[in-house]
Amino acid sequence: MKHVRSIDELGVDGIVRVLKVAEHMAEVNRRPVPKVPALVGKTVVSLFFEDSTRTRISFETAARRLSADTMTFSVSTSSVNKGESLRDTVETVSAMGVAAFVVRHKSSGVPWQMENWTDASIVNAGDGWHQHPTQALLDCHSITGAFGIEPAPQCLRGLAITIVGDVRHSRVARSDIEAFTALGATVRLVGPRTLMPPDASPWGVEITDDLDSVIGDSDVLYMLRMQRERMNEALVPHLGEYSTRFGLDAVRAARMKDGAVVMHPGPMNRGVEMMIDPSELPRSLVTNQVASGVSVRMAVLFDVLGGQEVAS
Amino acid sequence: MSLLIRGGRIIDSTSTDDQGRTADVLIDGDRIVQVVETGREVRADEVLDATGCVVSPGFVDLHVHLREPGREESETIETGSRAAARGGFTAVVAMPNTEPPHDSRVVVDFVRDQGRRAGLCEVVPAGCITVGRAGQMLAPFAELCEAGVRFFTDDGNGVQDAQLMRRALEYAGQLGLTLAQHCEVSSLTHGAVMHEGACCSRLGLPGWPSLAEELMVHRDIELCRLTGSPVHFLHLSTARSVDMVRAAKAEGLPITAEAAPHHFTLTDEALSGFDPAFKVNPPLRTPADIAALKSGLADGTIDAIATDHAPHAPHLKEQPLDQAPPGMLGLETALALALTELAMPLRDVVAALSWKPAAIAHLADRHGRPVAAGEPANLTVFDPTATWTIDRGQLASRSRNTPYHGRTVRGRVQHTVFGGRAVVVDGTATR
Repeated sequence: MKHVRSIDELGVDGIVRVLKVAEHMAEVNRRPVPKVPALVGKTVVSLFFEDSTRTRISFETAARRLSADTMTFSVSTSSVNKGESLRDTVETVSAMGVAAFVVRHKSSGVPWQMENWTDASIVNAGDGWHQHPTQALLDCHSITGAFGIEPAPQCLRGLAITIVGDVRHSRVARSDIEAFTALGATVRLVGPRTLMPPDASPWGVEITDDLDSVIGDSDVLYMLRMQRERMNEALVPHLGEYSTRFGLDAVRAARMKDGAVVMHPGPMNRGVEMMIDPSELPRSLVTNQVASGVSVRMAVLFDVLGGQEVAS
Repeated sequence: MSLLIRGGRIIDSTSTDDQGRTADVLIDGDRIVQVVETGREVRADEVLDATGCVVSPGFVDLHVHLREPGREESETIETGSRAAARGGFTAVVAMPNTEPPHDSRVVVDFVRDQGRRAGLCEVVPAGCITVGRAGQMLAPFAELCEAGVRFFTDDGNGVQDAQLMRRALEYAGQLGLTLAQHCEVSSLTHGAVMHEGACCSRLGLPGWPSLAEELMVHRDIELCRLTGSPVHFLHLSTARSVDMVRAAKAEGLPITAEAAPHHFTLTDEALSGFDPAFKVNPPLRTPADIAALKSGLADGTIDAIATDHAPHAPHLKEQPLDQAPPGMLGLETALALALTELAMPLRDVVAALSWKPAAIAHLADRHGRPVAAGEPANLTVFDPTATWTIDRGQLASRSRNTPYHGRTVRGRVQHTVFGGRAVVVDGTATR
């Protein structure tokens, strides 16, 4: 696969392929020296137009463990502040000889527009509200790991996954919904209608604003980050009401079914959507998600940069 | 200087069928002097071959953005006029959202004069409804009327304040002017990039709900009823808008409406590749909306096909989708898209491109006239069967933002005659 930009483009076969390779990468990461020469001589540039230290260092760690050279282009210190256009930035960096861009941008669609201006592979590290495919892949990896599932098409069949919160503005939710349903899970969305997309019908998922009605039969409870600026847009009355209706507290946690897991893409808003410390939960995957992130991103970089040579 | 258009079939407002009548048209100066049976020996200084072509009154575009003054990197009045002439238009109504806008006599005089200097079509400046298009104070209607302006709009913005719109209709109606509305309740479209529906939900882009247009269509129909002043609706895009206009017209209200080719040929799914060429305001909508617009055009609910020609320089359209300006080129592709996509009699397509918009823009004394002796020589000669492939590199506009690059279409303008002069011959502008 030349690019990894959306779950839809990756397809179910691509998801399974990446998850399988990620298993090998996890094994590499358990070695005393977690490094392999797979991408020696290849340059991976993180092009972050929006700050995200955790995603960036996760990708850069992944690239280095595969022995790629890494460069970081962050907007706060770059010519973008002098008015350089997206196209000129991409063309300029591309001319330095880049094998792959890892791009984060606040505008949906930028990884697709970039294709016109570079021959390098493009890995989407988050575009607007649209997609964050490596997050979905690492979430799938965490789930298969937690439930002891072999990656395969339909491998999440029978699992009920409940995603709670601001789906409307969430690239994590869009990617997760597509990935989880592609692997056969039953996905439900919980939140007020103001935080749901205008028309979610193509996903074919159930939507409710009653968390308590679904918490007891969910295998995975996926809490989204609630951004404080949503108050100003009259999407919810105030954070307290949001927490009361959609936050995870000890009472709700106690009603979760045995073996069910809690996930969160981070960073958490403690006291808003997370009213309980994850360490107090019976099964939290929050730190597993971070660990999965490195393995999955190694698998993705290997897929876009190493795959051709393996094939030939 | 005489000019003979030889061998075409004439379709004009007097035609009763799509065959038209085969005749040669002799022009002397800026007038048609003779319409004679084809084959008769007629001497002329210049002859245009119209064999296999339709000869019609020149097209009138109610809705173009020529960007001058202020945005000359995207288009000038000259390059936009050339695009218009190549599209068969002999008159274009220039929208007032220039910098400075058309809210004073000095600006509208400048625009009209630049059009005259280009000499490729009549450039008709539309006036602003409010000063600076800011929606606060009425533009000087009488001053602009004195300068020849009859058609007013804040296009790009809808007039949000209902009281202000009421006053504008009362005041301008008395002067015999027509107000045209860009229907968009802006509180519902803040930050919107595309049609609100399943597609925007999937793509993670803020949606522009149909309701934002329909609320203002409804409001202005009621203001039209209250004031009795004519209202023209710009670029209608939704099925409900078409229904409301149909009902209002059935009541006899003085309402007219236009639709743009992109709204009856493209859907919101076109944004799936995130190409800003498909970003336009109002946005591309759904197959059901396309069907409604087509039926509205077919039954006359929608009077005119207007392009909303909106050039933007490449560096502007190459920005991320949410920052790229909305709008697409339209002048050079309108006829072909109409003939390719609309299952309407040829005469009705020409009506929607020519004499009906001419009447709406108060230009019926010189555009959209019958092709007959004594009439002004503003004419379009087009081949309704010729197929061609749209190539953004071959357009006369200064910009390249057509959403139709690579699309094969049917119907091509051969010659355009403006003020008695052949400004386009065999598809090429002569000046």
